Amino acid sequence: MATASVTASAYGARDHARAQEGTTVDAMPVLPASSWPAPPEGIAGEDIVWAETVAGGNYTHKVLARGTEVRLTDLSGDACAHVLLYSADRPWERLNAADTVKVLWNAYLGAGHLLLSDQGRVLASVTEDTSGRHDALTGTSTLARNVERYGDGTPQSASPAGRELFKLAALKNGLAPRDLPPSVSFFQGVRIAEDGTTEFTGSAGAGKAVTLRAEQDVTVLLANVPHPLDPRPAYSCGRLEVLAYRAGPTAAGDALWDATPEGRRAFLNTAEYLTVRGIA
Amino acid sequence: MTTATTSPYAAGRVVSDETVPARAAWSAIVRRGRLLTITDLHGNQAADFLVYDAHDTSVRYSAPDTIQAQGNIFLTTGSVLLSNEHTPLMTVVEDTCGRHDTVGGACSKESNTLRYGHHTFSQHACVENFLAEGSKHGLGKRDLVSNINWYMNVPVEKDGTLGIVDGISAPGLKVVLRAETDVIALLSNCPQINNPCNGFDPSAVQMTITEPDES
Repeated sequence: MATASVTASAYGARDHARAQEGTTVDAMPVLPASSWPAPPEGIAGEDIVWAETVAGGNYTHKVLARGTEVRLTDLSGDACAHVLLYSADRPWERLNAADTVKVLWNAYLGAGHLLLSDQGRVLASVTEDTSGRHDALTGTSTLARNVERYGDGTPQSASPAGRELFKLAALKNGLAPRDLPPSVSFFQGVRIAEDGTTEFTGSAGAGKAVTLRAEQDVTVLLANVPHPLDPRPAYSCGRLEVLAYRAGPTAAGDALWDATPEGRRAFLNTAEYLTVRGIA
Repeated sequence: MTTATTSPYAAGRVVSDETVPARAAWSAIVRRGRLLTITDLHGNQAADFLVYDAHDTSVRYSAPDTIQAQGNIFLTTGSVLLSNEHTPLMTVVEDTCGRHDTVGGACSKESNTLRYGHHTFSQHACVENFLAEGSKHGLGKRDLVSNINWYMNVPVEKDGTLGIVDGISAPGLKVVLRAETDVIALLSNCPQINNPCNGFDPSAVQMTITEPDES
């Protein structure tokens, strides 16, 4: 007589599901985040609010309180963190990649760069950067391009496109595909030659990290997919570690506040918005 | 047989021909196969430009996709204006200026406060034009993305420093775009007076749509 499957009944299925607790894989969120085993130097474990490892070809998203810092670490040297930011409860105000490079007079992201909204305010600042290989000009990958390059680009495939993952992340936050402006990316560099040619400079290696500081409450969408200019024929993307912890927003008197006149006015605009709303 | 190109716009039957005054906005549906000529009538006038698939406006111009595909940040003859789904919206079939910007985006009252100071807040700006003109087509703030700046010169230095510098355009220079699908074209005739993008003196541009002759 055949043995009944352990999941043949609701009781059995429940036991089977519950027995899975405690399984660990190399890309997953860790809860509570304060149990993360290796807090960044100088950060108390109890201040960690979000701890997750994102697989290559996957995405995540979160609403961050003002003053939260998010440290992104390229674990293998092969991650590429594509990022979009929105004002948390007013998502029509969002990252403006053009203003981010134009206002700050620099096409290359790095420590001290401010990720600006279309309303002349700071969504997040880049407080630390050990990589120096980033891109604010060439965006992320699309379904059509991934089909052409890798044979598929759907989220369920082995080669998901960044835009397809951003669509899912956006939809989960009440947004739609039309809400996806050009994104920026970290850990795979692009430089511009004098004649305007794009030059892919790739990764600075394993273990490089970038820290973003939320300067107002923001929704962050994050897709970890190969850089669109990555020339390798195979879809290659490594794990990305995401650790967020309570810190504090940039304040008047901080070096970053006064680093540039444009940045100072962006912080002033942000402070005015928060003050008028009674937030800070 | 095509018409001789002595006119400032592309050859063919003229569907519409409008002069857009300094600081004003313009828009039109450009049917697939038709040509849109943007003429810099007085020289060094930045023409901020966005384009949407007329049948699904969530598909719209993408500066990143366009740069990715052509491997260069400057637009000129042969550049294909790609959408955010990496599909062709328009192709630059003629360019007598040489290069155009797709990095710097549009000026806004808000970003002007960062770039120049809060004294500029009362000045008109491209985002105002895009919002007002786009709303005629059901577009809103969520639909604005990084745009093209025809006739605007934005070099990137070795260390990444970039800026809007003196223009390389001149009176009568033109860009001709072929619609690869039915599109909504939005134009802001840039009102900026705080940098050299308009030679510190905004001026008119001409927008002409032609139906190419049967060959």
